[in-house]
Amino acid sequence: MIVGDRGSKKALTITAFLLPSLLPLTLFTLGPMMASMGISLLDWNLLTSPEFAGVDNYIRLFGDAEFWAAVGHTFQFLAMYLPLVFVGGLGIALGLNRGVRGVGILRSLYFLPVVTSWVVVALVWKWLLNPGSGIVNTLLGFVGIDGPGWWTDPAWAMASVVLASAWKDLGFVMVIFLAGLQAIPQDYYEAALVDGAGWWARFRHVTLPLLSPASFFVLTISLINGFQVFDQVFVMTGGGPAGATTVIVEQIYATAFRYSEMGYAAAMSWVLFLIVITVTAMQFRYQDRWVHYA
Amino acid sequence: MPDPLLTAEPAKVHTPGPGAIDLGRHPRTDGSRRTRRRAAQLGRTAVIGLGALIMLFPFAWMVATSLTSDAQLFATPPRLIPDPVDASSYTRVAQTFPLWRWLANSIGVSVVSTALQVLTSAMAAYVFARFSFRGQRLLFGLYLATLMIPLQVLIVPLFIEVTRMGLRDTYAALLLPIIASPFGVFLLRQFFLALPREIEEAAWIDGAGHWQVFTRIVMPMSKPALATLTVFAFMAAWNSFLWPLVAINSENLMTLPLGLSQLHGRFTTEWNLVMAGSTVSVIPIVALYLAAQKYVIQGVALSGLKG
Repeated sequence: MIVGDRGSKKALTITAFLLPSLLPLTLFTLGPMMASMGISLLDWNLLTSPEFAGVDNYIRLFGDAEFWAAVGHTFQFLAMYLPLVFVGGLGIALGLNRGVRGVGILRSLYFLPVVTSWVVVALVWKWLLNPGSGIVNTLLGFVGIDGPGWWTDPAWAMASVVLASAWKDLGFVMVIFLAGLQAIPQDYYEAALVDGAGWWARFRHVTLPLLSPASFFVLTISLINGFQVFDQVFVMTGGGPAGATTVIVEQIYATAFRYSEMGYAAAMSWVLFLIVITVTAMQFRYQDRWVHYA
Repeated sequence: MPDPLLTAEPAKVHTPGPGAIDLGRHPRTDGSRRTRRRAAQLGRTAVIGLGALIMLFPFAWMVATSLTSDAQLFATPPRLIPDPVDASSYTRVAQTFPLWRWLANSIGVSVVSTALQVLTSAMAAYVFARFSFRGQRLLFGLYLATLMIPLQVLIVPLFIEVTRMGLRDTYAALLLPIIASPFGVFLLRQFFLALPREIEEAAWIDGAGHWQVFTRIVMPMSKPALATLTVFAFMAAWNSFLWPLVAINSENLMTLPLGLSQLHGRFTTEWNLVMAGSTVSVIPIVALYLAAQKYVIQGVALSGLKG
């Protein structure tokens, strides 16, 4: 090997190893992201040539009641979904962590819905929660409860979506909490016991603080995913009835692919992206107030 | 910033046997306390087990409905074991829609994109773990940035781009956005960094080149991390819906989730047909999960531990 060639050979190797991922990421992620900023400044239906609109799309967005309703529905989803998976996942993890027989099998069973696609989850739950002849209302009927109209009733549609979503994600949250619980050193509990701490005191002062990194991760991931909720809503309700479940991504999808307003939809995408980034940044900013890394 | 990704060590997710984390277990002097303890454990197992059954019920109901005849579909009381068992839903779905073609499309897209993602991610990870060069941090930051961009935000520009390239409604449209995975680059870089270097150094002395070191030493030593990435990439591709929904119109090019939503659009009340299609789409991914669950659960658990 010629010594002077080493530098260029290294550069060649680096380039050859990086390009297969860098090229597609640039072309199909970074590039489109940048382009969408430009697109959001256009008035464009893809049929006629685009017209420059400046920040008109953003101004329009600001006063668009439908968009803010979609933001509201997304928060409504989060307000029901987050506590459900958080408390449910933690509860199952606590149960599994305390010497239950067959932990491995039970953990696998709880995790099964996680690997199922959102479309299937949505279809199965739509059938389970069928107002007329679904099994849930049939079972409720056996105990004398007249079940609601679920996804056909504007008051219950979001709850239906939340039930399906929580069912799918419970196992994911549980596995994270279980790993967090198993990482807590036993000495802490023994010390607490010596001090005469009861069940609640141990949970409150040992488990919860030492579990806070796992809680932080669950909250962050659930929030990020929750803001982007789409598949299950699209399949279960299509945003209805009467727009009761139209979430942000549903609104973006409709704006772009039903009403062909590409620029406006791109502006919505950017607002969604900003919301997600802001919430994530805020979580990291304030995590030192309640997250303790052992 | 804490790294929310998987870490290097193929750490075991420790599953305690019964009593392994039993707090305050005292010398067994008191027989009745032991009995109480055992009763409490049984009670917990019963509650958790019952919960698991409730979690499994939707799957059971899906399969049961798929094997129910039209006449029995809305019968009361509903039956978990259909009488008679009628598998004609599957053939009827396959007569109306290219169900097996959808299955083949899903397998094809998932296998190809997973293989590409694993290879491209490993190559990039090798560079970030084994080289130091000018602009490395910046480039790595670029990968980090792409990790934060969700697909939901990209659909509009991606749709326009793919349309402009004349690739709308092709397999290429399905594949191109999932050739590379910034998540995979991070995961594997972390793993490579933690690998012992001795074997590589021995290979260097023997005159091996980068490609040889990469394929013969680093890759074989990284099987757990590669397995985790493989399973995650495959599941993501298999379950992907929004992008196929936007990119594909032809029935013959659809993957299972997209096809299922079409099927549901046609058969709004024939739930036995819809559940038959759902069952077909669930079986392969559940089989993969059961075969590789160690890597799936490890991956998820580790991501949480890192916070």
